[in-house]
Amino acid sequence: MDVLDIARWQFGIVTVYHFLMVPLTLGLGMMVAIMQTRWVRTGDEKFLRMTKFWGKVYLINFIIGVATGLVQEFQFGMAWSEYSRFVGDVFGAPLAMEGLLAFFVESTFLGIWIFGWGRLRKGLHLAALWCAVIGSWISAFFIITANSWMQHPVGVVKGPDGRPVMNDIWAVLTNNTALAAYTHTILGALVVAGMFLLGISWYHLWRRRHDGIDTVDETGHVVVGQADAAPGRDRTDHGVWLWSLRLGAVVAIVAFAGTVISGDVQGKLMYEQQPMKMAAAEAACHTGSDFSVLSLGDPGSTDCADVVTLIKIPGALGFLGTGKWGADMPGIRDLETHYVDQYGKTIPNKAIYGDMAGTDVKYVPVMWVTYWGFRLMIGLGGVVALGGAVALWLTRKGTVPSSKWIMRLALLGIVAPFAANIAGWIFTELGRQPFVVAPNPTGVDGVYMFTAAAVSPGVTVGELLFSVITLSVVYGIMLVIELFLMVKYVRGGVASSMPELASPASADDADNPDHRDDVLAFAY
Amino acid sequence: MEPLPVVWFIAIALLWTGYLLLEGFDLGVGMRMLFTTRSERDRRVMLNTIGPIWDGNEVWLITAGAAMFAAFPAWYAALFSTLYVPLTITLVGLIVRAVGIEYRGKLHTERWRTVWTWLIGVGSVIVAFCIGAALALTSTGLPLDANGDRVGGPFVWLTPVAVLGGLAVVGFALAHSATFLGLKADGPVRERAGSFAARWAPLCLIPAAGWAILVQFEHGGSVLSWALVALAVIAAVVGWIAARARREGIAFTGYAGFGLFGVASIFAGMFPLVLPSTVDAAFDLTLWNAANGSYTLGVMTVVAGISLPVIVLYQAWSYWIFRKRVTPGMIPEVHIVLPAVLRAR
Repeated sequence: MDVLDIARWQFGIVTVYHFLMVPLTLGLGMMVAIMQTRWVRTGDEKFLRMTKFWGKVYLINFIIGVATGLVQEFQFGMAWSEYSRFVGDVFGAPLAMEGLLAFFVESTFLGIWIFGWGRLRKGLHLAALWCAVIGSWISAFFIITANSWMQHPVGVVKGPDGRPVMNDIWAVLTNNTALAAYTHTILGALVVAGMFLLGISWYHLWRRRHDGIDTVDETGHVVVGQADAAPGRDRTDHGVWLWSLRLGAVVAIVAFAGTVISGDVQGKLMYEQQPMKMAAAEAACHTGSDFSVLSLGDPGSTDCADVVTLIKIPGALGFLGTGKWGADMPGIRDLETHYVDQYGKTIPNKAIYGDMAGTDVKYVPVMWVTYWGFRLMIGLGGVVALGGAVALWLTRKGTVPSSKWIMRLALLGIVAPFAANIAGWIFTELGRQPFVVAPNPTGVDGVYMFTAAAVSPGVTVGELLFSVITLSVVYGIMLVIELFLMVKYVRGGVASSMPELASPASADDADNPDHRDDVLAFAY
Repeated sequence: MEPLPVVWFIAIALLWTGYLLLEGFDLGVGMRMLFTTRSERDRRVMLNTIGPIWDGNEVWLITAGAAMFAAFPAWYAALFSTLYVPLTITLVGLIVRAVGIEYRGKLHTERWRTVWTWLIGVGSVIVAFCIGAALALTSTGLPLDANGDRVGGPFVWLTPVAVLGGLAVVGFALAHSATFLGLKADGPVRERAGSFAARWAPLCLIPAAGWAILVQFEHGGSVLSWALVALAVIAAVVGWIAARARREGIAFTGYAGFGLFGVASIFAGMFPLVLPSTVDAAFDLTLWNAANGSYTLGVMTVVAGISLPVIVLYQAWSYWIFRKRVTPGMIPEVHIVLPAVLRAR
């Protein structure tokens, strides 16, 4: 392993990990904001409980996302200093804007929201949450803008020293790649949140049936009960979970439908902007219009010699790529010739490329990753949407079936949209290789950078090994702790997040001499 | 002299000042979790004084880093890659500290709380030390070649200056947090913080003063930067006198003023250098040769010019909302999280 390999693994590990937290933060934050809005509007206790419970889970997840986000910002300078120098004129701007316009809002107002229970007027407290959630969505926009510039550089000209010089920030911020990717990412985050609500709510509705609190009558309709022995297990509790489940299912279905549309837009853009990535995603070796439903080959292969397409739909690829049935799409073989003509057969003989200088460039991405990453993303997303529809049908009479296995399946389903998100990112990032900044074939001339040139020349293998091992170990431990806490709070139900439900006596003991009215509603 | 690189040098100095002044007391409170309290309730009082605001304070660090990237990428790239090991450690410190603050109160076993107390405390020390070392090194120099890459091994940064800078920020955080707790806490925490501010805080400020003075000698400080050093020292003395008289507001202002003028004197002393090379002065990174083009700097100036005042306003508002002292009586009883289950499988 050399510096480049370790640096790439490190970027992959910390970024994938970070993106386990991010979609849940983006999606669930919006769900909690909607719940609290309903509570403020209607005064219905059910929505207050939903806000408190899902808000607590949201925060348990949020902090790990924040903590791992710090690494993201530092590592460009630490491990990719040549990249940072090359793109500095354009790439730093969206990152700094993210801090100034989004992350300050998000962090400050989330702090106000967390500690603001009981201290702020209801409307103001709700507004703080909306600020935090909108802040996180804007934050995502700037990050996606930065990433999309690496996929499709715009708004720059090639400077005298070969580095891109920004001349149009508006073009960078309205990059069509960024708008499509942002929409897709936000919708993907909503699928994650939807399935999260669905799975956990299913567990609680099942638990209520299992414990004999809820029963069903002869027509299969729910008879909602109440258990005094378990904190928070009253009639309202049933509404909390049924409402959450249905909200989650609807959000997951609608958002998935949205990802299909935004994904289609992205695919068409990608055929123009990064044709090799899209061809590799479809294992389309030869120019043509057949869409591969199933192709098999040597998993490590980066060329076409041993890809066998077992099932194909003639003409469909042209439709997906251009909207026209049967249109010919460029295949990997033809594209490779084209890339060699355009960007050279070998890595340039320059000092910054180290050992890679003069070696052949591999223009074809690792095909099994792009091919299966692409299909995994779509397949798992579809599974969630289907699951959402089935869940709505099964709960039409007000509760879930008593089957433990279906309940377990619903909980397991939570993993699917996370995996779909990750698969999508791995596909699009590995598909960009061998470039760290992909060339823009129809716009800016000559602005591109090979990944091999991007690493920090002064950093040693030992340092990178130290950081990748340290961060992986710390991240691993944090994940275990986060899951442990989440499971704990999820199993505790609403009462885990509302102490007043667990010990209702303390709420109205104004006669108690020790009672004070300034006790914090929330405290660390 | 082009104005925009100078504007951005000042902007980055401001962002770092904001970070050190705001997170300064957060970090100090974190360190104090380790040693100044005997009771769990006191520790919770301390943690809740920074509870609503610490995350917003940390964004000053993120934005300072991003602004360096956006305005002076050569500085960002050289500093961050040269300090690879200490920054990795900083990141671990930031992670365990952040997670610790959020998770510590989420469970109530003795061991859970003790482990997180330690991680918050040690994490705070690490973050303060490494950030201080990094800033001290950028103000005095690192062994860089013509490309801005490190000459020498992974630990070439570990110099007396780095240690001085590390101690400076650790010491400042301890002093600053003592007066902060004097304003924000009540009960035993306030008492102990007050006596620390009166007795030990001046000692804690000595490394920071040493760093500020070192920068002036290193780069032949101007009248302005020496004047800022003098103001910092005066502010510290005023703070100390007030701390001895238990005038908490003035004491806080005095020590904060020390931080403000101290950081200002360091940046003023560096100007126009951003990261000198100890190998050859020809390789020095200055705000001229490290800066981005004027278009990018112009865009960022508009964005920062509009957003920074607004940020200051809403952060100030968040401090205003939570202005009440945290007293032991305000801390709610622990809430045990139990599964909402009637019968086992």
